[in-house]
Amino acid sequence: MSTQSVSVQSSNTNTIMNNISVLMTCPMSEYLEQELETRFNVIKLWNHSSSKSDFFKNNSNFIKAVVGNTELGADAEMIDSLPNLEIVSSYSVGLDKIDLDKCKEKGIKVTNTPDVLTDDVADLAIGLALAVSRKIPVSDQFVRNGNWIRGDFGLATKFSGKSVGIVGLGRIGSAIAKRAEAFNCPISYHSRSKKPNTNYKYYSNIVDLAANCQILIVACALTEETRHIVNRKVIDALGPKGILINIGRGAHVDEPELVSALLEGRLGGAGLDVYENEPELPEELFALENVVLVPHVGSDTEETSKAMADLVISNLEAYFKGELLLTPVM
Amino acid sequence: MESNNIGVLMTCPMNSHLEQELEKRFKLLRLWTVRDRSKFLAAHRNSIHADVGNCSVCANAELIEALPKLEIVASFSVGFDKIDLAKSKEKGIGVTHTPDVLTDDVADMAIGLILMVLRKFCESDRFVRSGKWKKGTFMLTTKFTGKRVGIIGLGRVGMAVAKRVEAFSCPIGYYSRTEKPEIKYKYYSSVVKLAANSDILVVICPLTEETRHIINREVIDALGPKGVLINIGRGLHVDEPELVSALVEGRLGGAGLDVFEHEPEVPEELFGLDNVVLLPHVGSGTVETRRDMADLVIANLEVHFLKRPLLTPVV
Repeated sequence: MSTQSVSVQSSNTNTIMNNISVLMTCPMSEYLEQELETRFNVIKLWNHSSSKSDFFKNNSNFIKAVVGNTELGADAEMIDSLPNLEIVSSYSVGLDKIDLDKCKEKGIKVTNTPDVLTDDVADLAIGLALAVSRKIPVSDQFVRNGNWIRGDFGLATKFSGKSVGIVGLGRIGSAIAKRAEAFNCPISYHSRSKKPNTNYKYYSNIVDLAANCQILIVACALTEETRHIVNRKVIDALGPKGILINIGRGAHVDEPELVSALLEGRLGGAGLDVYENEPELPEELFALENVVLVPHVGSDTEETSKAMADLVISNLEAYFKGELLLTPVM
Repeated sequence: MESNNIGVLMTCPMNSHLEQELEKRFKLLRLWTVRDRSKFLAAHRNSIHADVGNCSVCANAELIEALPKLEIVASFSVGFDKIDLAKSKEKGIGVTHTPDVLTDDVADMAIGLILMVLRKFCESDRFVRSGKWKKGTFMLTTKFTGKRVGIIGLGRVGMAVAKRVEAFSCPIGYYSRTEKPEIKYKYYSSVVKLAANSDILVVICPLTEETRHIINREVIDALGPKGVLINIGRGLHVDEPELVSALVEGRLGGAGLDVFEHEPEVPEELFGLDNVVLLPHVGSGTVETRRDMADLVIANLEVHFLKRPLLTPVV
């Protein structure tokens, strides 16, 4: 399932939009900043860091839209301080940094960027699974350190044919499954409810899923229910030969439990793109050869970041022209 | 049959499970442990009936000539470029290799290399471990899904690569000695044409006189500054100095290499580049697959000495 990239129309004809104030929460994409600036009056929250509340007092009434991301979205405090906020357009598919209840209460529209990033995130999941199983970064470093001259690299573990368990079979989970199938991996999954149109084996309990797969991939949305969905019990079920891949949110995993399991050898390995306190992460992991750590790069390709930015812009343009939102959340 | 009297020469260390299993069945002679090889071979010339080699050292003309009782060469590899096939045939020596059991691993490695080069996961892993993430974000990289993949050699491993790549919605083109009409992928009659029409070029054909340096300057130029070369074949498939200068000068977008012309030496100019991934010939380097390869070598030797048909002869 893929979405055509949405072409962005210049809004030279619509000068009304240039008076609309859009708050951008943090630096996320220079291209997006530039495109927003040609259309709207952009206020960059990170340039007013001296006193968030002072800034809000002076500008809050003008702001009609917020563009946020996975780092900083629109929480209750922000929404309450922007009385004329009409739309939140997130530069992400994840909505965990947006207070959706508050938006609903106030009739604020919310959009995100589904589909355009599905492929990149699914590619990352497979990439991490391969990188951990086959020890690719470690062996690349082995060569660069000049160690190959002194002896062969050790053996890694095969990826093809390993059983893959996916937590969350949404767009991304399904895209991961499709790729893993090409490696002859039997697929099973856990989600809130069984999905009707799939042959993959369903587990209503995530511990059972973990006990019955060799590679567990977290690809569900972060909600109150899924916070720490990967806990000690799940890690123990996955076991000393199991591999955890987290491309969801850091808060999906009980991080201290994960770290001790890896250090003690109770978990076979991990490939992580997300952490509980980004950009901080447990430094005890740095010395481990059975982990691969990447800095939340799931959708950070030139192609996808542009497509995401274009989608944010298109949603805002549609909204302020009174047209249908392209990718509304609610 | 008193098989413990059958001398089996092993050319270099390759797998301890294989060594153990050979020792149980035969008189194992480890060529790499002796200082004077010719003297050693001369001393054992009448007892060596089998040679077990790999992609580093196997059975060249000189070795074959030195072993008049040699009956079988069993390679711990699928490639047989280190075996003098003509000489083996001339002397009626059987030759076996290890196809199929390593197909998945090598194909997996091709995909792994593509993802590591395009998405720079090795680099961003280093970025995190060096503490740089606290100071800024990593750069944007390149999407893999949907890119055009060109495969040189559509044998077992090439087909396995194609199957995986299809799941990433990549259009596939290929070059091989002859077109395969039953294959749905697009055939190109020259490697240069394939390179010109690919974003990612994967080398996975056997190494022969014809395919030596099949990746030359012309092909590299056709692949271009945004193109990526993945070599999971043999180092000699690529004109290495040309490849290095193309990468250093930015005329080629990136490379994922598991093989090199003079392993274990790797051109050090590549070490500082963030658009290359360099692996120490680990295409089949998993516990599972090396065990399967070892078992296949043993099985071929066993059937040979039982005068039964070889399981995986080189055809």
